[in-house]
Amino acid sequence: MNFISDPVAFIADLLAKLLFRIGLSQIQVTVVSEFIGAFLLGVFGFSLVIFTIWLERKLYGRIQDRIGPNRVGPWGIFQTFPDMIKIFTKEYITPVGADKIVYNLAPILSVSAVLLTWAVIPFAPTIVGTDLNVGVIYLMAVGSIGALGIILAGWSSNNKYSLIGAFRAVAQVVSYEVPMILALLIPVLLGQSMGVNSLVYAQKVWFIFLAPVAAFIFFTSCMAETGRAPFDLLEAESEIVAGYQTEYSGLKFGMFYVGEFLHAFTISALVATLFLGGWRGPWAQQVPILGVAWFFMKTFLVYFVVVLIRISMPRLRIDQMLNFNWKFLTPLALVMLIVTAFVEKGFLLISPDLGLTDSALPWVRAGVHLFSNLVVVLITIQILKSHRIKAVRVVAKPRPVAVAPEPPASVIS
Amino acid sequence: MTAQQIIFLVVAAVTLIAGISVVTSRNLIHSALWLILTLAGVAVFYVLLNAGFFAVIQVVVYIGAIAILFIFAVMLTRRVMQDTGPQSNSYWWLGALIALLLFAGIALIFTNWQGFKALPPVMLDQSGKLVQLGLSLVSPDKYLLPFELASVLLVAGMIGAIYVAGEKKQ
Repeated sequence: MNFISDPVAFIADLLAKLLFRIGLSQIQVTVVSEFIGAFLLGVFGFSLVIFTIWLERKLYGRIQDRIGPNRVGPWGIFQTFPDMIKIFTKEYITPVGADKIVYNLAPILSVSAVLLTWAVIPFAPTIVGTDLNVGVIYLMAVGSIGALGIILAGWSSNNKYSLIGAFRAVAQVVSYEVPMILALLIPVLLGQSMGVNSLVYAQKVWFIFLAPVAAFIFFTSCMAETGRAPFDLLEAESEIVAGYQTEYSGLKFGMFYVGEFLHAFTISALVATLFLGGWRGPWAQQVPILGVAWFFMKTFLVYFVVVLIRISMPRLRIDQMLNFNWKFLTPLALVMLIVTAFVEKGFLLISPDLGLTDSALPWVRAGVHLFSNLVVVLITIQILKSHRIKAVRVVAKPRPVAVAPEPPASVIS
Repeated sequence: MTAQQIIFLVVAAVTLIAGISVVTSRNLIHSALWLILTLAGVAVFYVLLNAGFFAVIQVVVYIGAIAILFIFAVMLTRRVMQDTGPQSNSYWWLGALIALLLFAGIALIFTNWQGFKALPPVMLDQSGKLVQLGLSLVSPDKYLLPFELASVLLVAGMIGAIYVAGEKKQ
């Protein structure tokens, strides 16, 4: 272990030795270093948001044929700092009749729920907050706390629009958790573990090749969990002002804002970890710091797709969104789970007889899974085609398009 | 007193206070929030017992699903959210008696139980424990029958919910 290849573990080791020298017991050293680690992870998450807010606004601008933030610093990269200072100076307004404790608790819950996710994400083989053996379920548990924050924010504001936003949040966030969990079970099945880091170790071939459908379902339902376009019905400004965050001002609004951006980045990190191989890449095992680079390259790639979808898609209607979830994603996820389980078991039974070499085995397995996924996709497309809207129901007689009245004779002549 | 005991006592106190507040709070949403705190306290107990899986499942199922549904149901009843009437009726002594009897029964069982003095069995490694749990849930000579019965019960509940909520075809 040296400083160049694995700085984080090196510094942690150094710090532990130093604390030990001072005279702390082993348990105290562990507690202190874990607190420092958690603090640094939180600070890192928030600093990352400062960057991603700028990145997203810049991309937003470019795609809409604008320049985007361009005044503060080179390419406007420090634009977020003046925005932050501005939001710090704003007044806190608490609406009359608001439930004060709940009202103030809600933004904290919704940010901390997102930040808690980072505890189990492995940045590199050795750089991981805590390698829980139930990491995947932990992700679900933490996600549900975020939903709680949104609901409480909507209810405690004593505002009808906020309450409608909260109702939509329950309908959306809670129901999209179903396909999300089902899709998450597929990597668990393939990797035969629920620890996030061991799932990364299991991805000799990235899971996106083994389970593209699961990756799609997971990505889509994660997008819905973040509550951003095209799933931003929680705060649809043309319908319900700003939804659950209508009554929040100043830093409390800022927390929701930061939470949303952090959440968008977090789902990118999750997709990269669970389906794109996380820190896996050339020489990542020997030089852990390279793993961090691979991880962030993949994460930013996914994040770019997230931003692209947010910018280019129109908002769905609430019934379309729920139909999409319950009538398409959930059945597809269930079918995919069953198919994957059978294919995996069948492959495990047959594979000893095939006489494959150790290096070829994962690739053959990936091929078999990819084929089964393709079959399911083709069947799904056929079923969808048979249900497509064949003709628009005519509810009234066609009326002529507005025709300009005949000009008076004097004009013609 | 070890650190673990201090944590246990603090969490136990918080859980009990939250549990009492569930029934004494006049605001239904506050009751639901206290309930969430109680359930979170139970999750911490699971962590203290070295059962991380149950802790996480507790949070997913009870806080993530059940408590949120409670809050959702309560939010739909805005008018009666503030309960102003008396908090107990004339049969309060009966409830107290039953609760006391139940407590006495549980206490009696626990005083005769040898498990307090016995040393905890040697733990397998965490993932091994999970595998064992999963296998014993589906092996016929262990808990297959209760497991399947619970599943049937849940399916029955689901069908009932769909029947109640679904449109009646004339």
